[in-house]
Amino acid sequence: MRVLILGIAGGIARRLATRLLEAGHEVLGLDVRPWSSAPEGIELHQVDVRKRAAEDVFRRRRPDAVIHMATVTALSVRGGERGRINLDGTKAVFDHCRDYGVKQVLFVGRHTFYGAAPDSPLYHTEDEPPRALEKVPELADLVAADLYAATALWRMPEMITAVLRLVYTLGAPGTGTLASFLRGKRVPMVLGYDPLFHMLQEEDVITALQLALEKRVRGIFNVAGPPPVPFSVIIRETGRTPVPLPEPLLARLLGRFGFPRLSQGTLSHIKYPIVVDAQRFREATGFRYAHDEGRIIRIFRESSPAPGAEW
Amino acid sequence: MAREESIAERVDRLELPFNEFGVDPYGISKKHLVLASSAMAFLYRYYFRVRCYGIEHVPKRGRAMLVGNHSGGYAVDGAMVVTSMFLEMNPPRLAQAMAEKFLNKFPIASLWTNRTGQFTGLPEHAHRLLEDDRLLMIFPEGARGTAKLYRERYSLVDFGTGFIRLALQTRTPIVPVGILGGGTAVPTVANLYRLGRLFGVPYIPVTPYLLPLPLPAPVELHYGEPLTFTGTGDEDDDVITGYVEQVKSSIAGLIEHGRELRHRRRES
Repeated sequence: MRVLILGIAGGIARRLATRLLEAGHEVLGLDVRPWSSAPEGIELHQVDVRKRAAEDVFRRRRPDAVIHMATVTALSVRGGERGRINLDGTKAVFDHCRDYGVKQVLFVGRHTFYGAAPDSPLYHTEDEPPRALEKVPELADLVAADLYAATALWRMPEMITAVLRLVYTLGAPGTGTLASFLRGKRVPMVLGYDPLFHMLQEEDVITALQLALEKRVRGIFNVAGPPPVPFSVIIRETGRTPVPLPEPLLARLLGRFGFPRLSQGTLSHIKYPIVVDAQRFREATGFRYAHDEGRIIRIFRESSPAPGAEW
Repeated sequence: MAREESIAERVDRLELPFNEFGVDPYGISKKHLVLASSAMAFLYRYYFRVRCYGIEHVPKRGRAMLVGNHSGGYAVDGAMVVTSMFLEMNPPRLAQAMAEKFLNKFPIASLWTNRTGQFTGLPEHAHRLLEDDRLLMIFPEGARGTAKLYRERYSLVDFGTGFIRLALQTRTPIVPVGILGGGTAVPTVANLYRLGRLFGVPYIPVTPYLLPLPLPAPVELHYGEPLTFTGTGDEDDDVITGYVEQVKSSIAGLIEHGRELRHRRRES
């Protein structure tokens, strides 16, 4: 299969590209960022997905399948540009897919779609609406991109579209939202709250994406691995020290005195859990995770040990 | 110290799928269960001196629903039912309540309810836990039930009907529970609704001694024979109401039986 990966220079995307290449697929990639160490055999185009040159790639190369990983979170891109990348970018992707006969699209989204709220069910199923958006306005564009991608299911019925909502990744490179919470030696918590965190090891993320591609799944799917673990357990078992602080105090300290620069909205994500029911995906693809919660934590602890006495 | 150990041993014998960190897929934690159960066991044995009858009616394994009357201004009744399942059953079982929504909003309360499996009362939670063969505890009187005043302590207010539909959908047996004594432990003379709203709770109970702390009144729990209804859960309201009445009268019978026993004990 000729597969085009959008956002191929990202950590997970690189490893997915390598895996797909090894599995015998023809792999093309698009990203504004460079990937100098890319393996032989992966065709790279250093271009913004919203630019004319990106459309040319679709026109000339006519991929069978597109994996859209070119969305960004508030941690990497701030301000209006993030919304433009996530929404204008996603629109461009689906327009090109329709215009150039792409047969299958995977939209790689996030489980934070569901929002963290005190009165929502612990395990979210795919038919639930996004909640508590007003608490985390910087997630709104990602939620909108997810919902927009899902409209392809009825707007472009000839195409096989899958919207995947993946839980947090935690792995050896130590990147991603959850890893950024765990950056310091001491990890602030909101006093009196200890939410469950759902996480998946990178290798398992790649396996899940490969399965979604090869099993040609259609629809909306939560993607998760082992059961969730309380935040305090993750902090302790990765060799950090939890520091519970009252919420008003913690809100004031963020971004100062060496505290992590989390947005105020992110505080709700360390108060209430976002946990998903991934049964539908397991049944559709037969996905089984290889790394349980203990192993995920140990791999992270070894590859990203707690730094010195800094926060 | 010996007491402490036996609580930890009982937690170990709970038939829940704990992982290597002592946490189950819902976030129920052994560590928190040991601490909470130790405190509750003390209240159960020495403060409320709970008498528990008919525990053999509770299935040892598999899904079941404990359905009881509310007795007392707040969750004393529920806490004692949960504790009786933990202390009196062999192997012990963890009863999981369907808690009021406001609890999860408060720090500490949010943490402890979640770590001990006492989740917000959402239909999704009830469904999932029963399909997972857990033991659910339900008070169909809801907050109207805890708001009963001292003089109303043996009466039952209207039951919700959702639990019957849930039982039918998930093919769950219902174990009725009659609870006595909670109304004496928390002798509510009035409920302050407006003040409660300021704090984000349904109401604040007022006792003759003002503070809403429980008195050491003895509590009795009477478990009755399981009731099993068959159906799909899509039945008309009058069918459902009929089933609700059966459960309600079974609980009323257990309360009546408990009061008679108490009378006889006093006379002899």
